[in-house]
Amino acid sequence: MNKPWFAVRKELSSRRRTFLAVMSFVFPLLVWSLVSYVPFIWHPQVEIIEPGEVDYFRTGMLVDRSIFEQELETLRAEGRELPTGTRTNPVYLPAPHEVARALYTAFSTEPQRRNENWLHESLANSIQVIFWGFFLSSLIGVPLGILAGTYVAVSRLTEPFVEFFRYLPAPAFGALAVAILGIHDAPKIAIIFIGTFFQQVLVVANTTRKLDPSLLEAAMTLGARNGGLLFKVVIPGIASDLYRDMRILLGWAWTYLIVAEMIGASSGITWFITQQARYKNFDNVFAAILIIGIIGLTTDLILAWLGRRLFPWQRAARA
Amino acid sequence: MTYLDLPSYRDQSPEVADRFRRLKERPVILEVKGLTKTFDTAQGPVTALEDINFCTHQREFVCVIGPSGCGKSTLVRTLAGLEDYTSGEVLLDGRPVHGPGPDRGMVFQGYTLFPWRTVKKNVMFGLELAGRGRTTAEEEAMQWIDLVGLTKFANSYPHQLSGGMKQRVAIARALANQPRILLMDEPFGALDAQTRAKMQGYLLEIWKNIDVTIVFITHDLEEAIFLADRILVLKAHPGEVQELIEVPVPQPRNASQFLSPEFLATKRRLEELIHPPGEETEEGINGDRLNMVRMVPVNAKVESVF
Repeated sequence: MNKPWFAVRKELSSRRRTFLAVMSFVFPLLVWSLVSYVPFIWHPQVEIIEPGEVDYFRTGMLVDRSIFEQELETLRAEGRELPTGTRTNPVYLPAPHEVARALYTAFSTEPQRRNENWLHESLANSIQVIFWGFFLSSLIGVPLGILAGTYVAVSRLTEPFVEFFRYLPAPAFGALAVAILGIHDAPKIAIIFIGTFFQQVLVVANTTRKLDPSLLEAAMTLGARNGGLLFKVVIPGIASDLYRDMRILLGWAWTYLIVAEMIGASSGITWFITQQARYKNFDNVFAAILIIGIIGLTTDLILAWLGRRLFPWQRAARA
Repeated sequence: MTYLDLPSYRDQSPEVADRFRRLKERPVILEVKGLTKTFDTAQGPVTALEDINFCTHQREFVCVIGPSGCGKSTLVRTLAGLEDYTSGEVLLDGRPVHGPGPDRGMVFQGYTLFPWRTVKKNVMFGLELAGRGRTTAEEEAMQWIDLVGLTKFANSYPHQLSGGMKQRVAIARALANQPRILLMDEPFGALDAQTRAKMQGYLLEIWKNIDVTIVFITHDLEEAIFLADRILVLKAHPGEVQELIEVPVPQPRNASQFLSPEFLATKRRLEELIHPPGEETEEGINGDRLNMVRMVPVNAKVESVF
């Protein structure tokens, strides 16, 4: 059977789904490879092989193609020795194989300078900061959100202020956080906390409010009162949606990480990236960015899988 | 068109009359006295229920029927304690009730099963709240699940069940609390005709075998006659009791009675009460009708459907 690939909101066979999922990664990689390996696509600069008689050219130097051609013209007119070179991309766009090599060496060779960290050390530090920021935020934010979604009084007492505070950009508290908490991990955790917490309260409160009220009514006719309703209906009833919210919020926490790590004493993956960019090791920069992506996607996939395990009764709704 | 020569719905055979006499000697379970409910809207106060009076006796099956908007859902929700009332009294075993409680079980049209709990856990919900131990609650729940014939599905989740099965779980869940009265708000309204007929049969079976009084809301006249001992007919704007009909169809009921003279006589009476003659012209004046012109071409192959 030849079913159409494009049918509005019709499911595809699982083979096609897998194929397309793989393609979604293959396609960007293909574009990157084309730009990197096909010499006549882009390659706006020239890497000097032989400087010839241009006095400021050095072997290995990168110059813009227009400048190279201009010099070539001048020298040819004057009949002197010509420089040679190959077309190349700017230093900030390493080729895939260079990034792949950097990924490997980042974990296998010791950093060249003493004040540098191994990539995995930087990552471990970042993950710790994220974990504590997100954990502390959830520790207060989730219960508060559930209470605000359940009791109008709690909602009125907290949400107007939370609504106001969430418009204050978390990075703006950087200097304050350093002044209060010192320069190490504490202010970074605080920034992630501020960035996550206020959104979290509102999101959790909204999710709680979306619980089907007829379930509460049914529970009341079965004898449930305040506490019973909260612990036996509201919390189990929203658990799966809450879990999904947390997955999304964790993604937001990662976006605050880069800002958080720049305040005080730079650390973690951001320190690694800025440091490597300063030495023009852009292959390392790309490797680090890729690692963040891989960690993010893997965590999310694991959490999604865990979610299907935790909430088996949800499967029908999705299928 | 001529009506069949039907008896009056008030004619009762001696057996039926005797049964009603004995029924009324049973203790009163639920008594509603002068129940009135008004609520404020932007257009001013609206009376949803006005001076409702009736009582149900032990193990009686009462159906409440009425045109849409007559407040039958409001009435049953008020009895369940899910809505407040303005004045009057609701007495259960002679004691006034306030707020919802496990002594009045309720079955909703929308099933309202807890999707995160298995069938067994759903039925155990009320028992857990009542403070039963885990094993006792489980044993009791299994008895009720067995009663509604779902033992095989005890460990299934609600989303794996059909509509009729879900509603049987909801009934078992309400009955597990052993309520004095079971309130049912159009419980079979979302089911297809065959399932609905089956569920009516099951419900009568259940009612026969356990000590429970049922108040059942429906808009289906035949359902009301088939199930009820007595039918409370409400009237819209404001919601008032129009008549309390004693169904003359003999008990126990079976499907063959649908064409019996008593059944048809009762149905005719209900039709009169709920769709009184003259109502249609009134709607016509309000302009609530189709505005049809002939849209078939003159040379159409099929010129007329008649």
